[in-house]
Amino acid sequence: MVNLLLSCGFPSPAADYESELVDLNRLMLRHPDASYLARAHGESMTGAGIHDGDVLAVDRSMQAQDGDIVVACVEGEYTVKRLSKRIDSVALVAENPAYQPIVVRNADDLRIFGVVVLVLHPLVTEGRRGLSYVRPQ
Amino acid sequence: MFGLVDCNNFYASCERVFRPELEGRPVVVLSNNDGCVVARSQEAKALGLKMGVPYFQVKAEFEQRGGVACSSNYELYGDMSRRVMWYLQQVAPAVEIYSVDEAFLDLHGMQRHYNLAGWAGDVRGAVRQRTGIPVCVGVAPTKTLAKLANRLAKVDSLAKVGSGVLVLDDEEQRREALARVAVEDVWGVGYRSAAKLYTAGIRTAAQLAGVGDAWARKNLGGVVGARMLHELRGFPCSGVTVEDEARKSMCCSRSFGQVLTRMEDVTGAVATHAARAGEKLRAQGMAARMLTVFIETSRYGNVPPPYSFSTQLTLPTATDDTLTLTSWARRGLERIWRPGLRYVKAGMMLDGLERAGADQQASLFAEVARTPARAKLMGTLDALNGKFGAGAVRVGTAVGTAGRPEPWGMRRGAKSPAFTTKWGELWQVRC
Repeated sequence: MVNLLLSCGFPSPAADYESELVDLNRLMLRHPDASYLARAHGESMTGAGIHDGDVLAVDRSMQAQDGDIVVACVEGEYTVKRLSKRIDSVALVAENPAYQPIVVRNADDLRIFGVVVLVLHPLVTEGRRGLSYVRPQ
Repeated sequence: MFGLVDCNNFYASCERVFRPELEGRPVVVLSNNDGCVVARSQEAKALGLKMGVPYFQVKAEFEQRGGVACSSNYELYGDMSRRVMWYLQQVAPAVEIYSVDEAFLDLHGMQRHYNLAGWAGDVRGAVRQRTGIPVCVGVAPTKTLAKLANRLAKVDSLAKVGSGVLVLDDEEQRREALARVAVEDVWGVGYRSAAKLYTAGIRTAAQLAGVGDAWARKNLGGVVGARMLHELRGFPCSGVTVEDEARKSMCCSRSFGQVLTRMEDVTGAVATHAARAGEKLRAQGMAARMLTVFIETSRYGNVPPPYSFSTQLTLPTATDDTLTLTSWARRGLERIWRPGLRYVKAGMMLDGLERAGADQQASLFAEVARTPARAKLMGTLDALNGKFGAGAVRVGTAVGTAGRPEPWGMRRGAKSPAFTTKWGELWQVRC
């Protein structure tokens, strides 16, 4: 009898615990006003786990510190490098031995957009089963 | 006290956030269809470029001097505006979003705990850091004075040089500020009032603050004029309106990318506006009772005026349904259409907005528009367009002939990508 009642639509005990899916924006865009997504192009940061085509979350609200991976402006173009502060200069260091560090003598000349806080890297090749984990439709 | 935060050269500043190569160069942003200059960077202002000038008149010289013109990128400006406003809402007790690039802050009671100039400076710095957008902040006892303080903060005359902040909190500062502002630059003084004031010998905000209330009532729009004077004298007459007050009307219009002569093309444009208007209504939970359709013809050529035609339709029942709006808009268009003319713009306006479902006046006609099935269809339509991009699912009328671009679409030749709002156009950085 009890079983019969249950199958007739006794409310699921899990109903009380239903909630929305976890929202990836809450992780990738921690500060809705200061978080930006960017697509990485190039191989200079592969040692840091940033590959061509990856999506980066960049946070402008935090001050860049020595050792942070940052988006900085070099000669009118944004580039991703590791920030290395030295006594008399600042360097933007690649994480790939094939690339030379970019040394900036005057730290005031360096414009930093923000700190790279997350990398989104697809692990399946594009187009498999018609799904793209690189460019959502 | 009230604050007014105003973004400097907003559209041009937005373009620079993701395009550092524009830093230090003269930048202008052009209106729809790349027609006129609608925003100028400081460098472009310094070259003497005027607001609203048709771009083709200045193009050659501007580009020769290193200037860059951008087509308007409303996706980007909208997102940057949202970011600035979001931050302000985190730090100020109450915020009234006044326009895409301006917000009033209610700073009531904050003087007791903060040095307002220091606080405003911190806000300005934080907005710059978090969004890349430079802003100026004016702080004063009334909204009208805050607006005026902001204006002065931009030009470094009274404000500490480069601070971008001006606080008017004592009588002497207020007088000095009023003396520096021309009467036509006071918030609420329109073109016609300014002419009247000049005729009466009133040239500055200070002189304006000194005219009698009776004169203001008579010559400056009654109680509105009197309120403006009170505000200039430092007595607040209006507070910060936080919630977007239910708007009473809504307008969707746009110039075509090219001249249109065929009715089906113009119908397509009108249907696109109807769909957009329906979407806006549903997002705000509103329904419209009156619909105005208008079209404009080219003013160039040998055709005598009139150049615009419109008609107003009263709907049998208030609606937020795209299909209903489309069919009424189409009826309106049929009424005003004259064949053989060259059309350049179409639009529609919705009036008599009321809360959808609530206190709607009963109608003798069957409520075709708000059957649950139709409401569900509209919900699905909005969900699909939200997911797949605006206009992914449309009413048949609003779709151009397959394989050719919609002839009513906008021309935006030099538009930068929608860096922050579209996966396909995402901001790109080198590694």
